[in-house]
Amino acid sequence: MAEIQLKALAHSYSDTPTGPDDYAIRQLDHVWHKGGAYALLGPSGCGKSTMLNIISGLIQPSEGEVLFDGKRVNELSPRDRNIAQVFQFPVIYDSMTVYENLAFPLKNNKVPASRIKVRVQEIAEVLEIEDKLHKKARNLTADEKQKVSMGRGLVREDVSAILFDEPLTVIDPQLKWKLRRKLKQIHEQFDITMVYVTHDQLEASTFADRIAVMYDGQVVQFGTPTELFEAPNHTFVGYFIGSPGMNIVEVERCSDGVCFGSTVLPLESWQVDILKRMTSGNLKIGIRPEFIEISPIASDDTYEANVQDIEDLGTYKIVTVQLGEQELKVRQNEEFEASIDSPVHLSFPKQWLMLYVDEFLVQEQQ
Amino acid sequence: MSLTLENLSRTVDGVDYVRDANLTFEAGSFNVLLGRTLAGKTSMMRLMAGLDKPSQGRLLYNGEDVTGQNVQRRNISMIYQQFINYPTLTVYENIASPLRLAKMAESEIDRRVKETASMLQIEPLLKRYPLELSGGQQQRTAMARALVKDATLVLFDEPLVNLDYKLREELRAELRDLFRERQCIAVYATTEANEALALGGTTTLLHEGGVVQTGPVMEVYRAPVNTLAAQLFSEPPMNMVRGRVTDTEVTFDEYSHHALTQELEKLTPGDYWFGIRPSHIALVPTNDDDLEMSMEVALSEISGSETFMHVENSHFEMVMQLMGVHQYHTGAPVKVYLPINKLFVFDKDEQLVHTPSRVAGGAV
Repeated sequence: MAEIQLKALAHSYSDTPTGPDDYAIRQLDHVWHKGGAYALLGPSGCGKSTMLNIISGLIQPSEGEVLFDGKRVNELSPRDRNIAQVFQFPVIYDSMTVYENLAFPLKNNKVPASRIKVRVQEIAEVLEIEDKLHKKARNLTADEKQKVSMGRGLVREDVSAILFDEPLTVIDPQLKWKLRRKLKQIHEQFDITMVYVTHDQLEASTFADRIAVMYDGQVVQFGTPTELFEAPNHTFVGYFIGSPGMNIVEVERCSDGVCFGSTVLPLESWQVDILKRMTSGNLKIGIRPEFIEISPIASDDTYEANVQDIEDLGTYKIVTVQLGEQELKVRQNEEFEASIDSPVHLSFPKQWLMLYVDEFLVQEQQ
Repeated sequence: MSLTLENLSRTVDGVDYVRDANLTFEAGSFNVLLGRTLAGKTSMMRLMAGLDKPSQGRLLYNGEDVTGQNVQRRNISMIYQQFINYPTLTVYENIASPLRLAKMAESEIDRRVKETASMLQIEPLLKRYPLELSGGQQQRTAMARALVKDATLVLFDEPLVNLDYKLREELRAELRDLFRERQCIAVYATTEANEALALGGTTTLLHEGGVVQTGPVMEVYRAPVNTLAAQLFSEPPMNMVRGRVTDTEVTFDEYSHHALTQELEKLTPGDYWFGIRPSHIALVPTNDDDLEMSMEVALSEISGSETFMHVENSHFEMVMQLMGVHQYHTGAPVKVYLPINKLFVFDKDEQLVHTPSRVAGGAV
């Protein structure tokens, strides 16, 4: 188990990169602490697979260093880095039994037979496949095969870290949560550094204590699930996390706050102060659909909007409202009722109004 | 215009891929086939398209028997999980290809390609090649090609499964809007209950090749005919507990006793299954007569904006769906509350006998 540090790391697939657009990973520094459960979350093309391959050693970064416990490993192969990887599709030997599959990495490392037996049994119990040990791997279901894949990573006691690349893609939705739960238990039990790459916010947030959100070759936020939800550090995080994502509205400076169209939004005084000191004209306000309050009755601090659409998703409803020229999504519980094209009154609790300058969150200075 | 499946079955080597299906799809309708992997969704669509021959039964199009008729002779589009485009053709030519095959006039081809491309927001990409596009753009291109020829039957076989969930969310909303104005029959296969809810229209639940239930999406969702339908159309699955009702009380799993209140008073004594949706179990009571249970947290799964909390005790396992981020350690003790007016009740043969009353203002 190791601490993995990325130092001034950047990677370009081009031999002669000329600008930031040529980089799959723009220069970044990042530390994955020993024993942590992490996720690397982002859409396809954000650079997350490149980063994973750099950590495992499948790709050599074009700039910067990869350090394991402070030691440079740039030149080491995946095998010499002692990294275990679990991929989208199970990587196992179909013609071998489950037992043989799990014992294989240990035999390769010349672990004594008596120890192999104990260790394989232990891992099989954790994964709840002990009754399958003598079955041929080809006769297993997709989720059982993926468990064996994971087992092959876990079985080695000298492993520095386990990297997961979308490991639940081929698993039926009904079984996914069981495997997620298993992974979580495994992490708690084994205390191994684990990095889980996914585009799925549910998988990332369930598994990881901290999530690195990648966008356009950069880590735009590294935080807990709560932080990503309540205070997205970048407009992309606001959009990407949550269903539907955050409402993001282009605004202009106004006295005591910001405005869009004829709507004036007062902000907290510290936000106004910071706004005065910044010159950029790229200003946005973000508010989550969960935090907009909706009422049939007007009061002093409400804004009148018009109901455009109500989407019933069974357990909740998404209400689309029009406020001036601006469309907003509001999330309501399943009992919410309103007529299309009728007026409603919105309020925006100040603590949930996030101010973004040049796409990054303006935070209160401590 | 309508498509009817009449006692349709397909059996291969003794395995029922589709079992005695009776369904009718109307023009202008959006129909979702919801079922787990191997439930028969793809097999049923292949029968509808005429790609496979049924072992039994008939396929009627506008009342006319088209069983076994070649797909080329009927105006059908199919969209698959994998984005299938011609790599050597531009996006424009990919979309135009079915129209060229139909020998349509150049000016009409141009008009339709542009119209369809703008609908799917890929107009700026028309000169590019598929491999220069992102996955989402490639799938939009494949969809545009399927939609451009005004097919009378459009079949979608889990088209969004290989895309990022955010893109899925966006394309789903677009698809729903797109088909509002079209007069074709759209059939869409998915394994995800939430996708069926988001797409709306008619939902057909499939299991092991057979139709479990069919109807307008909210009707099926609110009144699942049996425990299987309830499980299939709930993500995470509906919580089920066995219970015995006597004249005075209900006992869950011979363990947890509760007085009969509200609608439960109407149940005749006997054995039942009680179901409750994950979103209806709460950490705080909402009514005086909520069923209170002491549980332990097994896992708290956090999506961006919701938490799926798995709880258990020596008798029950349940999953709750909570708004917001709730972090609990595994093993933490919690009290959970089940509102009586949210219970589904199924008889001992697992058939629905009672649906939860909806709260004030909640007429279906």
